[in-house]
Amino acid sequence: MPLAIGCRARPGKSRNNRTGSWRVFKPVFDREKCTKCGLCMTLCPEGCIHETDEEFVAPDYTYCKGCGICAEECPGEGIEMRQEEK
Amino acid sequence: MLKITEGSYAVAEAVRLCRPQVISAYPITPQTHIVEALADMVANCQIDAEYITVENELSALSACVGASAAGSRTYSATTSQGLALMFEVCFNAAGMRLPIVMTIANRAMGAPLSIWNDQQDSISLRDSGWLQFYAEDNQEATDLHVIAYRVAEDHSVLLPALVCFDGFILSHTYEPVDMLSQEDVDNYLPKFSPYERLDAADPISFGMYATPDYYLEFRYEIDNAVKRAKDVITKAGKEFGTMFGRDYSALVEGYRLDDAETAIVAMGSICGTAKDAIDEMRDGGKKAGLLKIRVFRPFPSEEIAQALGKVKRVAVLDKNISLGAKGALALEVKDALYGSGIPVKDYILGLGGRDVRKKDIKEIVALLEKGVGDQFYGLRKEVL
Repeated sequence: MPLAIGCRARPGKSRNNRTGSWRVFKPVFDREKCTKCGLCMTLCPEGCIHETDEEFVAPDYTYCKGCGICAEECPGEGIEMRQEEK
Repeated sequence: MLKITEGSYAVAEAVRLCRPQVISAYPITPQTHIVEALADMVANCQIDAEYITVENELSALSACVGASAAGSRTYSATTSQGLALMFEVCFNAAGMRLPIVMTIANRAMGAPLSIWNDQQDSISLRDSGWLQFYAEDNQEATDLHVIAYRVAEDHSVLLPALVCFDGFILSHTYEPVDMLSQEDVDNYLPKFSPYERLDAADPISFGMYATPDYYLEFRYEIDNAVKRAKDVITKAGKEFGTMFGRDYSALVEGYRLDDAETAIVAMGSICGTAKDAIDEMRDGGKKAGLLKIRVFRPFPSEEIAQALGKVKRVAVLDKNISLGAKGALALEVKDALYGSGIPVKDYILGLGGRDVRKKDIKEIVALLEKGVGDQFYGLRKEVL
């Protein structure tokens, strides 16, 4: 993104700002342990966990900042934070 | 038209002629007469502006930020603790690149409480990205407001500007001021044309966040804009001179400096006293001269180095102190002359309204000749 004078921005900037680049640890979901309770989806501060066609849940890595709240809260310990190599 | 008037009223009149659309300020000594006069003008329909009364200075400048972002020419005035309360918003106004013009009737910072003059308040804002003009007399204070709007609103600058004049010494003093007419100012100062503005039909946010990937570059851009203001000031000051006979193209102004061996560097009303002291010293055969700093931000380093290149010694008069270091002006003059071998000494004086008289200037020159300096001047040892 080129700089805008006065750091001015039109609406939708957060959509264009791919916060996934901030991530150091990546949540990896284990479908064997997932009970489809949806707690991770509810608690994700970025709102980037969504339901998949098979009623499982998955994060959108374009925006997931890797905060780890989903992994901390998952009752089945079905989410593992793995360090990402970039 | 030459008019004998109080400094504050002269400034208020100059601001009126600039046709600000939104004024928001909170009264504080010694700035009060300015905003009082402007409030009267708004109430009497002498100016087509919205006057927003607020509960404090933080809100005053915040209102100006909103109004400026919405595309209005805006004005505020404050001093000392009021400016300190605006601190956060000041950095935002500069970062959002909003050309607000604000008068500072310079006053000391508390504690201890002091309503009297020095320049600690605006100097403390030197790193914020605001342009800073310092007036020697009320004529200059008046003219600089018109120039400040012209420079601040230039699309190659887009920065807020402080016009500083010494509280009480200028703000409450009656002296003759050649007041421009509305037609003069209209011819000189074009209508405010915002670079971008808040518009419900085409929404935009100002001053969004910058991640570590971008912040450094934003600061670089603001710094560049402040530096670009130099040329814009020169051009605007020159045109002012062509149109009205008072040339403000120089960021620094020499007085009897051409063959001077001793140079005094100062800002604000103290320059008038220094000029009289220099005349008397010249009569006594001492080759002294003055370099007046009219624009402190952008800092005119090259101009100072050029103006002082031939002198033997320099005394900087600072009506401020960066506690634990030196006076802010001296630090930067030393930087400008670094490598020249010219000795520069700093004198902290006149804080909290302590008078600076001609004999003080002469005494400082005598100290400088002995190599004594980088110190407070005029301390009353009996109370220490």
